[in-house]
Amino acid sequence: MHRIIPPKIAQKIMNGVFWASGIITLLVLLVVIGYVLYKGLPVINLEFLFTDPIDSGRSGGIFPMIVSSLYVTFIAVLVAAPLGVGAALYLAEYAGENRTVRLIRFGAETLSSIPSIIFGLFGLAFFVIYLQMGWSVLSGGLTLALMALPTILAASEVSIESINKSYAEGSLALGATKWQTVSKVVIPAALPGITTGIILGMARAIAEAAAILYTVGAALLIPISLLDPARPLPLHLYILATEGISMDNAWGTAAVLVILILIITVTTNTLVDRYQKKMMGR
Amino acid sequence: MEYRIEAEDLNVYFDELHILKDVSLKIPKNTVTALIGPSGCGKSTFIRTLNRMNDLISTFRREGTVLLDGEDIYHPKVDVVDLRKRVGMVFQKPNPFPKSIFDNVAYGLRVHGITDKDVLEQKVEEALKGAALWNEVEHILDKSAMGLSGGQQQRLCIARTIAVEPEVILMDEPCSALDPISTTKIEDLIHKLKRDYTIIIVTHNMQQATRVSKYAAFFLHGEIVESGLTDQIFLEPCDQRTEDYITGRFG
Repeated sequence: MHRIIPPKIAQKIMNGVFWASGIITLLVLLVVIGYVLYKGLPVINLEFLFTDPIDSGRSGGIFPMIVSSLYVTFIAVLVAAPLGVGAALYLAEYAGENRTVRLIRFGAETLSSIPSIIFGLFGLAFFVIYLQMGWSVLSGGLTLALMALPTILAASEVSIESINKSYAEGSLALGATKWQTVSKVVIPAALPGITTGIILGMARAIAEAAAILYTVGAALLIPISLLDPARPLPLHLYILATEGISMDNAWGTAAVLVILILIITVTTNTLVDRYQKKMMGR
Repeated sequence: MEYRIEAEDLNVYFDELHILKDVSLKIPKNTVTALIGPSGCGKSTFIRTLNRMNDLISTFRREGTVLLDGEDIYHPKVDVVDLRKRVGMVFQKPNPFPKSIFDNVAYGLRVHGITDKDVLEQKVEEALKGAALWNEVEHILDKSAMGLSGGQQQRLCIARTIAVEPEVILMDEPCSALDPISTTKIEDLIHKLKRDYTIIIVTHNMQQATRVSKYAAFFLHGEIVESGLTDQIFLEPCDQRTEDYITGRFG
């Protein structure tokens, strides 16, 4: 066959193409985060972090919004993590391969591709109105849980599936029951992957505005009870920017949100890494 | 002679595949029996029938009986968990758990309800000594087992198995993933263990079979062609197919 480009040259060109794709991806990330921090960091100080907003957020701080964000995310993870991990264990360890299992998996995949605003609309109809939870931390948290669920399920299932089958065999051959095997060998070995899945779900929940737009209300006060309305950071940011209240404070809020997510991801990654090193003896 | 395991007219199927055909074999107490034969002849399936690991495969079907100390292990009243405690297994590839060395050996004990720390420590030490690994890991018991060499991992798996004090140890090609020095160590260990345990070892290594076993059975296409004293089988085989196999004419 006649070659137009010699293989060694082609190799060099492709190396360059892949290198460039990597660098561009990294640049996009740095530019976006960098710009948010550039615009937002000057706004952030202790007063901004720890006081109530004044005049709808034109001035003052965002303390209630930070509390709101942590509150709804906590509820979302509290509900979605056990459900998602439980379902993943069922699919990976107990169910075998049949129609119901394929249906559950298909359901989870579909669920994760539904636009978040539709979750919000459903949350409004179901939690807020039908279950009479009103605009509240609970309604918002549960709506976010629905969104985080498929993420947690998918990541956990992949992680459990990838555990070497020889571990389970070794355990069963020692006379352990199925549940002992799952709880003492499979889950600890899959824990790094499961944790990553939960963090992905959590990041999705904490960053979400559309899903809570119709469910959590927009109160400027610190939510105490589960049925109090609240205003998590993404929603506050949305309102500040769309209603033209204060672009400076919108950037400040955005920067706080980005930093919060960074802190969560970096801490858990470090912990997961340390656990994995200990487990695998590296 | 007293027999630990007696398999009689054992037939095993996976779906329509007839894997074991009328296999009958008696395993005397506290001896080493080697199962030899070409790949895919049913040796592994046979030993996995002895601790009911095949039960995990949904298409598994069995006819015939397997007696352990004279009792049918496939009787509906038999508790599989209890059976597997009595019939331990060491796998082809070392498969320690991603846990500390101590926790690996203590695993079976904990699973069977032992929680007392002193008892655990004592039994873990005994098992590691029994598996000729104690001197090498004495000071690193809290380190992950995944950091050990392949040979050490396999001896750890043996320690893990003998910790629960089984009567029988099944070994499915335990040295096939190991270097010659580690292999020698495991073989020495097998000699030591046969005083207290009945050992059934699957091996593709003819020299290994003659070195470690007193009895041997030659499997071919799911049938036992010949079984008896290892020396007898290797020096004066009765069947032409056995002779062809051990002299390396096929397989």
